[in-house]
Amino acid sequence: MPATLHVNGIRHTIDTPGRSLLTILREDLDLTGAKYGCGEGQCGACTVLVDGRPTRSCQTTAGAVAGKQITTIEGLEENGRPHPVQQAFLEVDALQCGYCTSGMILGAVALLRKTPQPSRADIVRAMEGHICRCGVYPRIVAAIQRAKVSS
Amino acid sequence: MTTEPERYELAQGPAYRFELDRRDFFQLLGAGLVVVLTLPAQESGRGGRRGSGAAPKEIAAWLHVGEDGLVTVYTGKAEVGQNTRTALTQAVAEELRLPVASVRLVMADTDLTPFDMGTFGSMSTPQMAPQLRRAAAAARELLLDRAAGRHGADRASLKLESLPIGQLTKGQKLTRTIDAAVPISPPAGRSTHKVDGLAFVTGKHKYTPDLKLPGMLHGAVLRPPAFGASLVSLEPQTLPGVTVVRDGPFAGVAASTPEEAARALQSLRPEWKSAAQPKGQDLFRILKDQASDGRPAHTAGSIPDGLAASDRKLVQTYTVAYIAHAPLEPRAALAEWKDDRLTVWTGTQRPFGVRGDLAQAFGIPESRVRVIVPDTGAGYGGKPTAEASLEAARLARASGRPVKVVWTREEEFTWAYFRPAGVIEVSSGVTQGGLLQAWDFHNYNSGASAIRTLYDVPNQRIVFHPAPSPLKQGSYRGLAATANHFARETHMDELAHLLKIDPLEFRLKNLKDPRLRAVLEAVAAKAGRGWGIAGGFEKGSYVATAAGIDIHPRTGAVKVTRVVAAFECGAVVNPDHLKNQIEGAIVQGLGGALFEAVDFDGGRILNPRFSRYRVPRFSDAPEIEVLLLDRRDLPSAGAGETPIVAIAPAVGNAIFHATGHRLRSLPMVPAGLKS
Repeated sequence: MPATLHVNGIRHTIDTPGRSLLTILREDLDLTGAKYGCGEGQCGACTVLVDGRPTRSCQTTAGAVAGKQITTIEGLEENGRPHPVQQAFLEVDALQCGYCTSGMILGAVALLRKTPQPSRADIVRAMEGHICRCGVYPRIVAAIQRAKVSS
Repeated sequence: MTTEPERYELAQGPAYRFELDRRDFFQLLGAGLVVVLTLPAQESGRGGRRGSGAAPKEIAAWLHVGEDGLVTVYTGKAEVGQNTRTALTQAVAEELRLPVASVRLVMADTDLTPFDMGTFGSMSTPQMAPQLRRAAAAARELLLDRAAGRHGADRASLKLESLPIGQLTKGQKLTRTIDAAVPISPPAGRSTHKVDGLAFVTGKHKYTPDLKLPGMLHGAVLRPPAFGASLVSLEPQTLPGVTVVRDGPFAGVAASTPEEAARALQSLRPEWKSAAQPKGQDLFRILKDQASDGRPAHTAGSIPDGLAASDRKLVQTYTVAYIAHAPLEPRAALAEWKDDRLTVWTGTQRPFGVRGDLAQAFGIPESRVRVIVPDTGAGYGGKPTAEASLEAARLARASGRPVKVVWTREEEFTWAYFRPAGVIEVSSGVTQGGLLQAWDFHNYNSGASAIRTLYDVPNQRIVFHPAPSPLKQGSYRGLAATANHFARETHMDELAHLLKIDPLEFRLKNLKDPRLRAVLEAVAAKAGRGWGIAGGFEKGSYVATAAGIDIHPRTGAVKVTRVVAAFECGAVVNPDHLKNQIEGAIVQGLGGALFEAVDFDGGRILNPRFSRYRVPRFSDAPEIEVLLLDRRDLPSAGAGETPIVAIAPAVGNAIFHATGHRLRSLPMVPAGLKS
């Protein structure tokens, strides 16, 4: 049975709800901001928001999130302007190769919605499931703390 | 400044390389100014054969100022997260006295950019940046000449920024070839954000796995069950809509979705012949037993004499495990054959090398192969090779359609290659007053980078002993400099302890090199009580690192809480991006220092997943303070690698000071400190 996905405010009908959300986003909807990094929910590169909650799209079937609001990195800009978290990542240069960045930013957005003034410990706890192999963690913490001021 | 030869550094170029006809390319460029910089082949990094007579001139870089006033620079270097795109853009913009935003870099495209050996060895900043500066300086002068002639203005008062630079060639194409003799400016040393950062934070940047072509298929490759196993037979199979290829040792499939390709792969019935492979637990014995005598990297005086002159002697063995690069973007390639030409998009540090490998594998001339490198999700020394490109191209040829191959994480952990494991034996002698007399240093297998010591020792023998490696191994950020510094700087700490001399004082007592002294003194001034300290030198850069740790009283888990790093690489190009590289190298280095190790047995990797191979995460990152010793009077050296070399011994030395346990194996505490 087809499933309905709401991605970045747009409705899509999906004929293959058993496939992973990551594959659907990347292959069918051309939303390649979410990345494959490990396929076991360990690295966070595939993170998207489902009803505001950070979700590992590689571990989620499309059918399981039918009807829910899905936000990918492509849907984060508002009126063509970067989201405050995106802006903070740019200002702090909280990226090197950038492959983990989409997932990091969405994880941070979810954290800030729940905890607008996160401590360093809050950030580490919330972001521990995200891997940055370039080791930019201190800057990502700084970016999230900077974004909390402006958002 | 010399760099030790390193057998795991990337391969030399071919013995001959014939002039390519670039007229086709230049015809594609519109009107405006084209500046072509030629250099002797040696200097362009192409090498050339020793003793082959007069070195031919090679094109090192070209630059185009378009009618729209945009400056486009073409370089064969690749962006793999080290932010060289930003650093090189800055170099050109500074030389033109134009804003960074008016300069665009076309990188790592074998049809559009000049030949380049590859992006490795921290060479982009010391070599490519000055070359691009020469092209830019020449362009600036030519444009100013024309502007002055045209407007009759005072040349000295003209600035490119306020001139219609795209119009100065009056709709014509002006091509100038220049040689090296163009004066250039030193780097301004200003921080600039990642030039195309917006594309990354918005998810718009397309890495190789994100690319798509019309009609594209997804490929998957049949892997042996273990290293050394070979494919004996593959039952012929017809799967609807699936291309199955068997070609010698290669077998793979291509299908319209990644899932179909994975299912098709599962349904294959291969027969394998396995070969005996070593046990993981025998690794260090094998490396030691099977190593060759090697050739000394350095000798001075006589070791027996030095030991005879010593009051105290110390003999110790250090070991280093295999570790994986594990870049978050796995190896990937998209290949397309069109009119007998092959185009491959792939994340690699060596586009021209990959082009050569493809040409050789398919028996076609290099002129019929184009390799394009989208800015890549990191390499750390792990992406010079062509595996995914060859696989995608083979499947594309068989299916007649473009094919994309993206390695799984498990493939990346298993079929890429590792930083070499090694055994290092050090035998030293020192006077009671703390002066080194003998230094006998033997590295088995891990490599010769930074194998020599900067400490002053009258009697030295330093030898690298190559050995057959049980696993596939190759270059890794910093190469063996990490292993050699771990052994050397741990051993120095042990000697200081033996003599009851402060570790910093002991180092300085035996060290004349002012640049290494400067970084050591800089971190020592900031280090806390009981911290570990270590210093070193590699690829033109000096680093000293001090680390403070915390040990969990119950679990014995070691947490590195604070790190101070002093770094000196000549004139700083972009202070903030340099700090970013140093911070990242420290965090990445903590993985290999504390817990990363490839676990294997009988040719199988036992931990080929992030759930079983621990890499540094947020909670592992210490508070890091970086001290940049900016030497405006010295040329800039590369800085992507050297900051990684001193963190492991600094942490090990801190653990010793805190607990009295001397740890001589990397990783040091994969399961915490045992009581």
